[in-house]
Amino acid sequence: MDFLQPSTMAEALAAKAEHPGAVPIAGGTDVMVEMNFDKHRPPALLDVTRVSELTEWGMDDGRVRLGAGVSYTRIIDELGDRLPGLAMASRTVGSPQIRNRGTVGGNLGAASPAGDAHPALLAADAEIELQSTAGTRVVKAHEFYLGVKRNAARRDELITAIVLTPPSGPQQFCKIGTRNAMVISVAAFGLALHPDRRVVRTGIGSVAPTPRRAYAAEEFLAAELESAGLWESRAELPTALAREFGEKVKAAGAPIDDVRGTAAYRLHSLAVMARRAVTWAWTDYRTARGT
Amino acid sequence: MTTPTQATTPAAARTRTPIGAPGRLENDAKGGVGTSPQRPDGALKVTGEFAYSSDLWMDNMLWGVTLRSPHPFARIRAVDIAAALATPGVVAVLTAADVPGRNVFGLELSDQPVLADDVVRYQGEAVALVAADHPEIARQAAKKIRVDYQVWEPITDARAALGHPTWNRLHDHPAEDVELSRSAAAIHPKGNLVRHLKIRKGDPDEAADVVVRGEYSVGMQDQAFLGPESGLAVPDGEGGVDLYVATQWLHVDQRQICTALGLTPDQVRLTLAGVGGAFGGREDLSMHVHGCMLALHTGKPVKMVYNREESFFGHVHRHPAEMRYEHGATRDGTLVFVNCDIYFDGGAYASSTPAVVGNGGTMGIGPYVVPNVRIDAYGVYTNNPPCGAMRGFGSVQTAFAYEAQMDLLAAELGMDPIDLRVRNAMAEGSVTPHGQTIDSPAPVAELLQRLREMPLPAEPDGADIDLRSLPGGVANSTHGEGVKRGVGYAVTYKNVAFSEGFDDYSTARVQIEAHQGNPLVVVHTAAAEVGQGLVTIEQQICRTELGVENVIVHPKNTDVGSGGSTSASRQTYMTGGAVKLACEAVRDRILTLARDRTDAPLDDAALVDGNIVTPSGAVLMSIADAIGEAVIEETREHHHRPTEEIDPETGQGFAHVQYSFSAHRAVVDVDTELGLLKVVELACVQDVGKALNADAVVGQIQGGSAQGMGLAIMEEIVVKDGKIRNPSFTDYLIPTILDTPPMPIQVLEYADPHAPYGLRGVGEAPTISSGPAVAAAIRQATGLPLTRVPIRPEHITGT
Ligand SMILES: Cc1cc2nc3c(=O)[nH]c(=O)nc-3n(C[C@H](O)[C@H](O)[C@H](O)COP(=O)(O)OP(=O)(O)OC[C@H]3O[C@@H](n4cnc5c(N)ncnc54)[C@H](O)[C@@H]3O)c2cc1C
Repeated sequence: MDFLQPSTMAEALAAKAEHPGAVPIAGGTDVMVEMNFDKHRPPALLDVTRVSELTEWGMDDGRVRLGAGVSYTRIIDELGDRLPGLAMASRTVGSPQIRNRGTVGGNLGAASPAGDAHPALLAADAEIELQSTAGTRVVKAHEFYLGVKRNAARRDELITAIVLTPPSGPQQFCKIGTRNAMVISVAAFGLALHPDRRVVRTGIGSVAPTPRRAYAAEEFLAAELESAGLWESRAELPTALAREFGEKVKAAGAPIDDVRGTAAYRLHSLAVMARRAVTWAWTDYRTARGT
Repeated sequence: MTTPTQATTPAAARTRTPIGAPGRLENDAKGGVGTSPQRPDGALKVTGEFAYSSDLWMDNMLWGVTLRSPHPFARIRAVDIAAALATPGVVAVLTAADVPGRNVFGLELSDQPVLADDVVRYQGEAVALVAADHPEIARQAAKKIRVDYQVWEPITDARAALGHPTWNRLHDHPAEDVELSRSAAAIHPKGNLVRHLKIRKGDPDEAADVVVRGEYSVGMQDQAFLGPESGLAVPDGEGGVDLYVATQWLHVDQRQICTALGLTPDQVRLTLAGVGGAFGGREDLSMHVHGCMLALHTGKPVKMVYNREESFFGHVHRHPAEMRYEHGATRDGTLVFVNCDIYFDGGAYASSTPAVVGNGGTMGIGPYVVPNVRIDAYGVYTNNPPCGAMRGFGSVQTAFAYEAQMDLLAAELGMDPIDLRVRNAMAEGSVTPHGQTIDSPAPVAELLQRLREMPLPAEPDGADIDLRSLPGGVANSTHGEGVKRGVGYAVTYKNVAFSEGFDDYSTARVQIEAHQGNPLVVVHTAAAEVGQGLVTIEQQICRTELGVENVIVHPKNTDVGSGGSTSASRQTYMTGGAVKLACEAVRDRILTLARDRTDAPLDDAALVDGNIVTPSGAVLMSIADAIGEAVIEETREHHHRPTEEIDPETGQGFAHVQYSFSAHRAVVDVDTELGLLKVVELACVQDVGKALNADAVVGQIQGGSAQGMGLAIMEEIVVKDGKIRNPSFTDYLIPTILDTPPMPIQVLEYADPHAPYGLRGVGEAPTISSGPAVAAAIRQATGLPLTRVPIRPEHITGT
């Protein structure tokens, strides 16, 4: 097996163009597990950890450009205010060791329906930057996940960055796991209220073949907030509204039974998480005047 | 009775010693019985320097791998090894036909082939072996072995398996008795019955004012030790072999290996390599015979290391159980009768199923006095993964049932659950359901009362939530919504050491000489140190008994007589007792030598701080002076007092040598809407007779409590149609530190007059009472019956 170690973006893209079968490796917390279990025998590994554009984040025109190879630990430590939903999701990933190694780029590369970054990225309207020697393109998060462990990146492309707009309103992330740390989600929910655009965004994980948004729930809630004048009044969120939002989020799921949980439980928990999360987010919105 | 083994040439003299094999333990720890010297392996394990069996290495060694059956039940029509053997780098491919001795092994009954012959009876059964000069080559070659299977439908339900027609015909040759067999264990006369234990005491039809009935089930728990099965077999060039391996009982391994290899014990020498946890999962053989076969066949050292997935197939698990209980009591809460049926699913081979049934049955109603008892406990063959020893051994399963029943009865009577337990609690002098009078302290009531008096943890105040203190933790699934707190209690008792008439013993050899003017002791036993701290205990006993500071622990191997099993909470009692006896013999010889050098009366002399002293403390001479140039060595066996086989029809008999008692109180916060849990506190009171090493005792209680809690709330090997669906630590979940609560612990020391130092085995009891207490707390919080463990979120939410 070849081990390619580019140190610049140009070298990395050239290597990927030349060896489209080479598997990129960032933190390796998915790649090495698959290799250990002999699920995967790639002809070559392409180590992306030496490319500084991938391992840094910065501000670009008011938006955060998060290098695909920035670790969860750094997101938690450095980006909690700018990317609150993603930071909350990052906190739930694995253990300290996994968070030190694991990256959002890797989560996107693996495109597992259970990846914890995805609901947060969907809710934040994140954009995924893909580069190849042919150029750069940007894919919206909700168009990125194509199927179970399949994503929109071509074989000659690298995932280079995630671009996110700092929030204009509260964000929440919740996950269900059957132990209180280091656990793969049985169901996950991301929520962002965007008061500037008066839209609601969601992301649901582990409840369908891909991470996805709960469109009908988003539209329902945005319309209800609008028609009741709640964005301006910041009045209390009616309990019934939170509950109905939960039911509509649940309706977006299409889960399966597996060893981690039943489909029925996944749907049930989705409704509960969505109801609770919207209640917390709304309380934040009410108390955080001026945002 | 066996005679003490004679000293033989050390194994290392015959073959080269591998890198990573244990050396003599020489450390600066100090302190005798009752102090808490630090364990020698702790820092090494934390810093990654400890040499585990998987670290063994010899330069010219080969790597062995095992090909396992993908099917739970199938006939092997043919095995084609040609392609595997032709792979460059492959040195040997072996199948059942290559087993040099008898193709059979087993702990209590010899019923399992070393390599499957005509039939495979569980998913993961070993079929063929490959040795190659690189592990990857061996693994790839194993995939090229073509096995032609005729696949049959597996029998996966224990009750359905009893008397199942098809399966009976295929497990047709009865298993043979071996040293550990229980004669009360019927050897599947009807095919799939491994053992049926009956207890009949009093009149089971006695009338009671109040009767409660319940059905309970316990899922299959795994030992989840962190160091996978591994070892290194080194051929001696003369037809014999040295095996370095992580195990729990060197001599019972040796016996089985000799049978399978057709060799004598002096040709098969075992040394204990660094063990990464055991908990019962290393009582049975794993790579032992396989590694030796490959080594003898190739003439080269062969190392085998299972990976995590293979490990789930490479050792036995805790028996799942289905149980039905009926408790009757008077209005005032006095138990009148208990009737129960207990089914243990033993999987495809017996392993220690007969003894598990023995424990599960005889102690099946808990530490209560009941005049009328009917117990039927069954151990059954199925095509599920084989089950055998795991910490708590048959008692863990029944405790979930009998303690749930006590709570149910208390609720029915409108009584406080502790009051009900205290009212019926066993005490010294009580008679067990199997007719044994408890002849040492049995502080069941006191354990419960002390727990009740321990302060409860503070209620959450709602302000400034720390997610880590809530169900779900940082996953942020609740900020307090839906959370209800429950408190639950459970108490248990568990036998220590081997029971039912087995002549259980341990051997110790203790040597002393004067080294640079100071006495130096070497203690040699074959008792496995698996992380529980036995080596420290051995040193402490030598220091106390011989009044010396410097005690070296010899590597554990078969050059000394059997140490018995590191299981059944028995090693401090049994091997500790043997070390004490050997020390006493050494002391006698020291005093004999001293008599040549002094006229002072020595009959009451003691050995203290390197000196021989009078009862008033006056120094007569130094131990080193007494010994002079002599090397004193004594070997002793410690047999515990005999027990009896129980009557096959009534189950009556003096079955157990000692009991240990523990009780837990669990406080659990339950997110009742999501079914997620936070165990807030797990308090324990345990009687240990005498704490030889108080820190080690508390460590055992903490670890046991966590393991028992794990079974209550998450640990389960999920088996469907005979296949394991979660053979990984991704999906076989064990508690992390964020799942493990603070554990206030009280240790009581009521001496057992029959035991060395009055001690009681410690390791298992806390594993038994913690889980039922946690389950009780969850029931209290939710108001649900929750009759199955592990309790999953779905059981609480009803989805
Ligand atoms: C013990 C453990 C616990 C875990 N817990 C969680 C958890 O709680 N939640 C969770 O979501 N995940 C979890 N994971 C999975 C894993 O940690 C995450 O998916 C992580 O985000 C992967 O990041 P990585 O950098 O390690 O990816 P890698 O393993 O390096 O790569 C993963 C995939 O992405 C591809 N890839 C990586 N970088 C790029 C790039 N720049 N361009 C294109 N493709 C790329 C790789 O080729 C590969 O297909 C866990 C893993 C382990 C081992």
